[in-house]
Amino acid sequence: MMKTRERFLTVLGSPLGILAAIACAALLFLALLAPAIWGEAAADIDTMQISKGPSPEHVFGTDGSGRDILLRTLVATRLSVVMALMATGIGVVGGVLIGLLPLIVGGRFGRWIVVGINIGVAFPGLLLAIAFSVILGQSGAAATTAIALAMVPNYGRFTHNLAASVWGRDFIAAAEVLGVPTWKTAFRHVLPNVRDPLLVNAAITAGGALVSFAGLSFLGLGIQVPEYDWGRMLNEGLTRIFVTPAAALVPGVAIILAGLTFVLLGEVLGKALTPTTRRDVKSRFRRHMPSGEASGASGPIDTDAVLSVRNLRVAAPGDKGWGSLVHGVSFDVARGEIVGIVGESGSGKSLTLTSVAGLLDSPLSVAADSAQFDGQPLTLKTGTHASSLNHHLGQGLAMIFQDPMSSLNPALSVGSQVAEPGVLHLGMSRSVARSAAIERLESVRISDAERRYGQYPHEYSGGMRQRAMIATGLMGKPALILADEPTTALDVTVQAEILSLLRRINREDGTAIVLVSHDIAVVTSLCSRVLVMYGGRIVENIGSEELKAGHAKHPYTKALLATVPTMQTDRDRPMASIPEGADFSDTSRTPG
Amino acid sequence: MLATTTVLASTQGWWTHPWLIYLIRRSAYFIASLVLLVTLSFLLVQLIPGDPARVSAGEMASPEVVEARRVELGLDRPLIIQYLSFWRGLFTADLGVSYNSRLPVIDVILARAPATLELALAAVALVLVIAVPLGLAFGALTRGERRRGVEAGFTAVSAILAVIPEFLAGVLLVYAFAVSSQLLPVAGRSGLSSYILPVIALSLGPSAALTRIVRAETLTVLEQGYIRTARSKRMGPIRLYGRHVLPNLLTSTFTIGGLLLGGMIAGTVLVENVFAWPGLGTTIVDSIQDKDYPLVQAIIIFYGAVVLLINLVVDVLLILLDPRTALDKS
Repeated sequence: MMKTRERFLTVLGSPLGILAAIACAALLFLALLAPAIWGEAAADIDTMQISKGPSPEHVFGTDGSGRDILLRTLVATRLSVVMALMATGIGVVGGVLIGLLPLIVGGRFGRWIVVGINIGVAFPGLLLAIAFSVILGQSGAAATTAIALAMVPNYGRFTHNLAASVWGRDFIAAAEVLGVPTWKTAFRHVLPNVRDPLLVNAAITAGGALVSFAGLSFLGLGIQVPEYDWGRMLNEGLTRIFVTPAAALVPGVAIILAGLTFVLLGEVLGKALTPTTRRDVKSRFRRHMPSGEASGASGPIDTDAVLSVRNLRVAAPGDKGWGSLVHGVSFDVARGEIVGIVGESGSGKSLTLTSVAGLLDSPLSVAADSAQFDGQPLTLKTGTHASSLNHHLGQGLAMIFQDPMSSLNPALSVGSQVAEPGVLHLGMSRSVARSAAIERLESVRISDAERRYGQYPHEYSGGMRQRAMIATGLMGKPALILADEPTTALDVTVQAEILSLLRRINREDGTAIVLVSHDIAVVTSLCSRVLVMYGGRIVENIGSEELKAGHAKHPYTKALLATVPTMQTDRDRPMASIPEGADFSDTSRTPG
Repeated sequence: MLATTTVLASTQGWWTHPWLIYLIRRSAYFIASLVLLVTLSFLLVQLIPGDPARVSAGEMASPEVVEARRVELGLDRPLIIQYLSFWRGLFTADLGVSYNSRLPVIDVILARAPATLELALAAVALVLVIAVPLGLAFGALTRGERRRGVEAGFTAVSAILAVIPEFLAGVLLVYAFAVSSQLLPVAGRSGLSSYILPVIALSLGPSAALTRIVRAETLTVLEQGYIRTARSKRMGPIRLYGRHVLPNLLTSTFTIGGLLLGGMIAGTVLVENVFAWPGLGTTIVDSIQDKDYPLVQAIIIFYGAVVLLINLVVDVLLILLDPRTALDKS
């Protein structure tokens, strides 16, 4: 992780950083020096040039009193920006104090303060500011105070939320044990820990304050004549917009530019102060050495097989071009066969399965020499399969995923999700699909399926959700079920039930199954044949019985097998494991 | 735990149902906020530095006029009596008389509120109609890091639009459509065409902000496992986005939408003053400048109550949309 200083320099060097720096410098320059340089010229009343359009002397023309619009806008920067910054300063300090207060005083009183803050947050800042300006009267100072006060609840809640999350940590408890007074802990230990987000938020808040201040002045509740800020100028300009539009438009543009400057500042501060969390595609997947030849089955595709794939490749974009994740995998699945794919995480087994299903999406890239499912050729590419195959695949190919907690839509009833393939691909009406779905739910042993149909996923247990997923797949009498770690997220007893359910479906309906798992014990108990994947390729293709009998050829398979404890395993020795960082890739070209 | 709630409710009776408990708590909070709002509005006049009667009557007023104003404001009575009669006034819809127009305050509010509420509701409708489909579409277009150019353009344009405050948007729109091209009326409330500019001015910023949020939420939803499940069922994009993505966006959209709506109620004050819209926003600014305190207090209570009511409605809507949020809250 980069240090804050380095990140600052990096961000400042980016186009966004340069833009922010220039904008801030310009705003600062105008706020500090514009009144001194142009103050008198801006007040100069040119009676010969009242309400004139652009001219060489007056770039944007003159207002109703013959004063230069551009110069007045530049001079008004100081009041507009300084008032906004003052309001932000007061508001931020007040917000931090009131946000920390509940933690310092604690107990019932502290909770009441939080309730007070929350009620304050409910009211929009501008309404609060208008209400305060009733008390404080109409002047620049009053408007500043009103905006600052209106800012306090919002900033207070922000501070409170941040501080409360730090408050529970160990070093706070340690400080308490050492007898440090609570208020001291709050300021010396909590505040420094939440400083960065508070700063970022302050920059954005300042932009809001600038706009609010202009708003109040525009309403006539802020700066009063003869002083002027952008809001006041806008107010005067709007009444004469038909005569001299520039009198309203120029200060208007100034407000937008100044507002954007604070947004940019907040953005840059945010980037510089928070550690980079940019998700990197290539870091999500383990990359392998680019491959030469295909691995696994060879020869032309097997037209009798339910699934046949030749030279499937998956790649991910990275800084140094494309990185290969799966390189040239080929395999066949016969009708009614149960095939297992094992391998450690990152070996490409799930990617293989998802790309066959056409569910691998950008930015990953998929390609294959040829592929065929249930008599229909598949063009394996990124994104989903051709929509002309929708009905064929929707009926014939079912998928079950690892995490039943996330694979059902929480916003829809489970039953309607189970019934969906019927409506989509089998030409069923809604009510026919409903009774078919209830039948399927019963067949996967979900009791009281009538009632369960209308329930939502959060009312189901993990095992029941996985059964519902399987029931969804069974709507169309599938020729093949692709199961991606279907039992990994489940309890051991539930695991066994799901596996025996899959076995029963295979036996009774002759449905072929491809089961992806990292658990070789699960795979050998269910499958007749096992594909072992390592480093993005198939390193071994072996019958389950042979595997159990210890006839594995590839060293990785042997190592994987050795990790499975049996009844004969010596319990006095530590559990066997594949050593961290062990590399079998130099032997991975051994044909399987 | 969640799976057992239905069972619990049936064994212990409906009064222990978590929804009902939440609803009662939420309503209590609403009433407490309302009481606080009324109390603070009452104190508004008391807190004015110096002599509120003098401020209200004006610097030049004679002592007799000031005393008369003091009696009219009720400031000669003990504070607690003033407070109680303030409440009685609210319950009997007798909010006093506006100094300026000499009309009963309640009549002014009833005459002016519809124009403001129409403006706000039309703007909210426009925000939702624009932000939800647009956010969904941009989310779909830029999912999985595709179309980086579109994403950068969208981010920049929506950030700029979100920064433009409603009163500025109003001024710019007036210039573009009423001054330069004279297509639409510049101010006032007469006929449907007079609504166009104020409503757009009010909804431009919130639309940009909400579109950004809907897009971000769409991207999050598209990464979820259940979307992969839906795609494995091979359906068209309309069904995928309409049935499987959209319902999962609504919770966050309505939460943020509620906050935006509160801000838009405040925004009407500014927009009304740009377009000389005959609503409460122009009235409150005039009455603050005229020190017409009974009217100011009543309008502030009205605005505050509308905002609190919106928050309440949004929270209740959220439970109906997604029962789990309510259960988490209570």
